[in-house]
Amino acid sequence: MSSPDPNRGGPSAPSTLTAGTIPLEVVHARSFTRNPDLAPIEDIREEVLKLEAEGEWIVQRVPDDHTEVTTKYGRTKKIPNRHTWHHKSCGQCGHIPGYSTAIFWLNRELGTEYNDPRDQTSCTAWNYYASATSNAPAQAAVAMRNFAAAYETGFYPVIHCGTSYGHYKEVREELVRHPDLRAQVRDILARMNKPLVMPEEMIHYSEWIHVMRHEIRKRTVLDLSNITCVVHPACHYYKLVAEDAIYDQEIYGGQRTAIMSQLLETLGAKVADYSTWFDCCGFGFRHVLVQRDFTRSFATLRKIERMKEEANPDVTITHDTGCVTTLDKSQFAAKAHGRNVGIPVMSEAQFAALAMGAHPYRVCQLHWHSTDYRPLLEKMGIDWEKAWAEFESDLDRLRSGKTEFLTWDDANAK
Amino acid sequence: MTVPVVREATPERKAEIFGKVVADVRFQDYVHGCYECGICVAACPSARFYDFSPRKITQAVCREDLDLFWEHVNVDVWNCSQCFSCDRCPRGNSPGGLITIMREVAVTAGLRSAKEALEGGERVVYKIMSTGTQVSPDMLQPEAFPDWGPDVQDVSRNLDLWRRALPPETLHTTTTAWEIDDKTLVELYLIWHMTGVLDMIKAVDEGLHMILNDVMEELLEDHDIVVS
Repeated sequence: MSSPDPNRGGPSAPSTLTAGTIPLEVVHARSFTRNPDLAPIEDIREEVLKLEAEGEWIVQRVPDDHTEVTTKYGRTKKIPNRHTWHHKSCGQCGHIPGYSTAIFWLNRELGTEYNDPRDQTSCTAWNYYASATSNAPAQAAVAMRNFAAAYETGFYPVIHCGTSYGHYKEVREELVRHPDLRAQVRDILARMNKPLVMPEEMIHYSEWIHVMRHEIRKRTVLDLSNITCVVHPACHYYKLVAEDAIYDQEIYGGQRTAIMSQLLETLGAKVADYSTWFDCCGFGFRHVLVQRDFTRSFATLRKIERMKEEANPDVTITHDTGCVTTLDKSQFAAKAHGRNVGIPVMSEAQFAALAMGAHPYRVCQLHWHSTDYRPLLEKMGIDWEKAWAEFESDLDRLRSGKTEFLTWDDANAK
Repeated sequence: MTVPVVREATPERKAEIFGKVVADVRFQDYVHGCYECGICVAACPSARFYDFSPRKITQAVCREDLDLFWEHVNVDVWNCSQCFSCDRCPRGNSPGGLITIMREVAVTAGLRSAKEALEGGERVVYKIMSTGTQVSPDMLQPEAFPDWGPDVQDVSRNLDLWRRALPPETLHTTTTAWEIDDKTLVELYLIWHMTGVLDMIKAVDEGLHMILNDVMEELLEDHDIVVS
């Protein structure tokens, strides 16, 4: 960070670091200056457009209503403000559905038009990275089938899962570099009467939230100045094909992605630092399924305990499926062993929705989370007991058969 | 994980498997040589918990050290977290990407170590290939996640009710993460058939392959789709 900010720890903050951690003073003194002319890698998007000019595929353009941001090497990226096709996440929708619901709720509150498709499959990359029972042509065909489905609607694809986002960037590189792979995927899509379509930009939902942060701030109904957050940036957002992630000189001197941190600051919350911010969450893809001793250990020993020891936050904010799951669910076993854990975990979408007055159960669905979030809600000024009673009343109506589903109108009922 | 014993193999077999890794379309994008600087190891979460080194794996491949490669492709690759923290390599390598290829080759070749590594993950492979979503709400069962605490039991007990209490219309499902139409599933099944993924499954798990084939054939036939 170019200048020390007391909100994030730094030279003026009490030093609680233990031996073996990265001295934060060193981190704060450094700055990463970006110059797109010195970028170490080609701009893959130029190749994507060249291939369109050669008739290889169609490029779906970002809508005119968009916001420009800066990425890792100083290049400009266009983020659509509205009219988006939502590539959902299987882990979010399946196990932490308040995550997806909060993203949709924010879109509704901000008045953007969006499409929640039924002709979308998962990216299948969790399987690809866990079991390896797939291959490059299959993964590329899955991605391009989904992009073609988005193109058919006219809505621009926004990807909810960090792994889908990172993997689709990998797929884009592979398709640009390998004409044979492109031809193979084109043939597969032809069997479905679908065109080969590559989006002009790969967009993660958190990038949309990032550019909407001032609009979200305008609608914030809670005072968050006494809330301390720590941020866990997702590996597959900014490490896997790194150059597409959003960076800002004002956030950690441009050394770390600005995603989430800049939103939280805009909302008025404190963002605290901790030394293992670069570490992954421990999800591991196959590990969380069949080797969870690793996942639990890494998530608690390298992440949660460090956060607790160095920042003692009220909440951990992250922006990917596996990270929310791993960091939240791993704490139960550690707590049973008397470890120094106990930080609620949620996505920035849920946190922003709460700040805008979203219902903690009808919208953010926090009852699907494990680590106790109630002290956080109390500190935010949310009466969780009243909210739970309201939700219980909704459940009673569902049980009685008076209504089959909770609706968006119900979600905002006062 | 039970670490598979590295089986003896002939030099020809090791060379054959190595050749398949090098021939993969992604190999030239992921491996460019190695300085042995160890940046990838410093960033690697698995290296902190296992006797695991992305540098050693990349080195073994660059040096064409077939004996060491054989050990890695049978044992070490399954400890990788696939987080791609190692993608900080000054040579532009992606050790994580190389490991993805090595795993795939191990599966396709039906290595016994790959079969052992995949044990316990069958239902997830079945779920993603047959439904198009990797995890589903009904997978949240206490016996599958005893270490996640009693909340899993709450979810399991209230699953249908809690899913109906979700405002997005696509999320009222319990066996899939969201509602997916049949036409989309047919298209997904076509992809698995046309890219040889079903053959990969057959190499490591014939029972799972048989079940998946039956499920897919039925829907494809319903839609008059013939796969060659």
